[in-house]
Amino acid sequence: MAFGPFLLLALMEGLVTAAVLALAAAGLSLVFGVMRVVNVAHGEFYMLGAVLAWAITTMVPGPPALAFLAAAVIAPLVVAALAAAADGLILKRLNYDPEATIVATIGLLYIIQQAALSLYGPNAYPVTAPFEWRIQFPWFGYSGYKLFVVLAAGIVLLALWLFMTRTKAGLIMRATQVDRITAQTFGVNVDRVYMGTFALGAGLAALAGVLVVPISQAQYLMGHDPLLLSFIVVIIGGLGSLRGTLIAALVIGLSDGVISMFFTPTLAKILATLLVAMVLVFRPQGLFGAKV
Amino acid sequence: MRVWALHLTLLAVLFSAQFWLSPYHATNLARIMVLAVFAMGYNLAFGYTGLLSLGHALLLAAGMYAAGLPAQLWGWNAGPTFIAGVAGGALVAAALGLLALRTAGVSFMIVTLMFAQAGYLTLLYFAPVTGGDDGFAIAASSRTLMGFDLSTDTPRFLAALTIFAAGLLASLILVRSPFGRTMVAMRENEERSRMLGYNPFSVKLTALTISGLYAGAAGAAYAILFGYVGASFATIQYSILPMLYVLLGGAGTTLGPFLGALLMFALIEAATRITTAHQFIVGAALVVLILFAPKGILGTIRERWARWLP
Repeated sequence: MAFGPFLLLALMEGLVTAAVLALAAAGLSLVFGVMRVVNVAHGEFYMLGAVLAWAITTMVPGPPALAFLAAAVIAPLVVAALAAAADGLILKRLNYDPEATIVATIGLLYIIQQAALSLYGPNAYPVTAPFEWRIQFPWFGYSGYKLFVVLAAGIVLLALWLFMTRTKAGLIMRATQVDRITAQTFGVNVDRVYMGTFALGAGLAALAGVLVVPISQAQYLMGHDPLLLSFIVVIIGGLGSLRGTLIAALVIGLSDGVISMFFTPTLAKILATLLVAMVLVFRPQGLFGAKV
Repeated sequence: MRVWALHLTLLAVLFSAQFWLSPYHATNLARIMVLAVFAMGYNLAFGYTGLLSLGHALLLAAGMYAAGLPAQLWGWNAGPTFIAGVAGGALVAAALGLLALRTAGVSFMIVTLMFAQAGYLTLLYFAPVTGGDDGFAIAASSRTLMGFDLSTDTPRFLAALTIFAAGLLASLILVRSPFGRTMVAMRENEERSRMLGYNPFSVKLTALTISGLYAGAAGAAYAILFGYVGASFATIQYSILPMLYVLLGGAGTTLGPFLGALLMFALIEAATRITTAHQFIVGAALVVLILFAPKGILGTIRERWARWLP
């Protein structure tokens, strides 16, 4: 294959990564923006989404498309409920202290990972894609499902943006983000906003997990990379900014696709993590500019 | 006075342990003491100076590889190898500090996490030299010191105890010194310390470098005493472990790291008889500690009953 088509393939792979990443990172960014909580267990919600998708598609009979649809609806809801419970039982009692919540979510990460290992096992299982068709380019064929993932992620992010900017609930969330105390004096139930935000963030991660599972199988350790990449995207994109998250996801996803294709995935990750550390050190206003 | 008595009693008990413990448990205790050195270093940064780092695995691995690579490539013996490990840990900590200490709080946690992750991936990237996740074994010739074979039970135990004792007493002296008080001042109120004429950056950098020195010593000791070096020691897991030990034993107490390491080891050992889910125990311990006992065991004892505990 010549260089041009090869680059096109790398870019398309990168676009799929970017789409999944944008969903997961939007959840992380939302939680950090509104609650000021760095959720280290975010990758595990993503993993739970994928594992639940496997469980649901094996239980629901009928055509793969229907089973997958059921998974895409049920898995994020289950994960969101779980996150809401974790918020009420743990994070709320810590008064959302930034450092304490990080330690607690690390604990949560271990608990969820062990639960998945004990109940689901160490093996990776595939999930059938809801439909099978390939787009034939002159040089190579490309999975139609992957393009569907990009489309679906775009629609969900658009819906999220409309929710945040056009609805009362979104307004309340943004108000809480700007000033928790003032929002409270105006009668906003901050506890409920926080619980809802945490659930929504986890649900987005789970949805990303569901979407990715027909491409890359479900496994209990799969939350690791998305967590790291989501961190990177959120930090580069800027605090709580959906637009920034989207742009950063595109940049990171595409460059990850290209660098992984032409060099090695490990090198791509080294460069990305170093980039983020340097952004935080030299341009802290990027994400943590306001005193945390 | 009673502070010194308490610490020396602990060391005496540990010394006698080799006579009444089975070889299996004595080896485990040696391992715990080495990991406790790592945790003591973490405690100096986190417990005393208030630097919550999520990247100490990088410093452990720095010591481990700074000791392991010369042994592997050039056949150095245990003495210079250990010194190289200590220096490696301190140097990497100083470099990390120069960059990461420009940030604070949550950013500091993430920056250290990212640097540690980059370090781990770098070890994987250079797998032909570092052995990657599989690591490599240290040759027996590099594990002797002044004629003693450190891979046998008694010399290994005594070597671990010596390093542990040196680390413990040094940290006791350090935290009771004027500089130790300055470290605590940084933790309690950085702004006010600055007003009083202290330079927060240099105090924190020194504390982090000392912390790295401990981590490097622990990494090098682990490589020499247990004969194995691997990238798995650079994973986030090994950044969380010292934090867990310190939180359990009591942050900002000299004996907390050892107590935490000992109890956590015992807890996991006891739990493996019932279940294989020891990750669950680590996770649950973290959540329970941060929720109900953020001061840890010795921290709580100090607060309630024994104000004199260092």
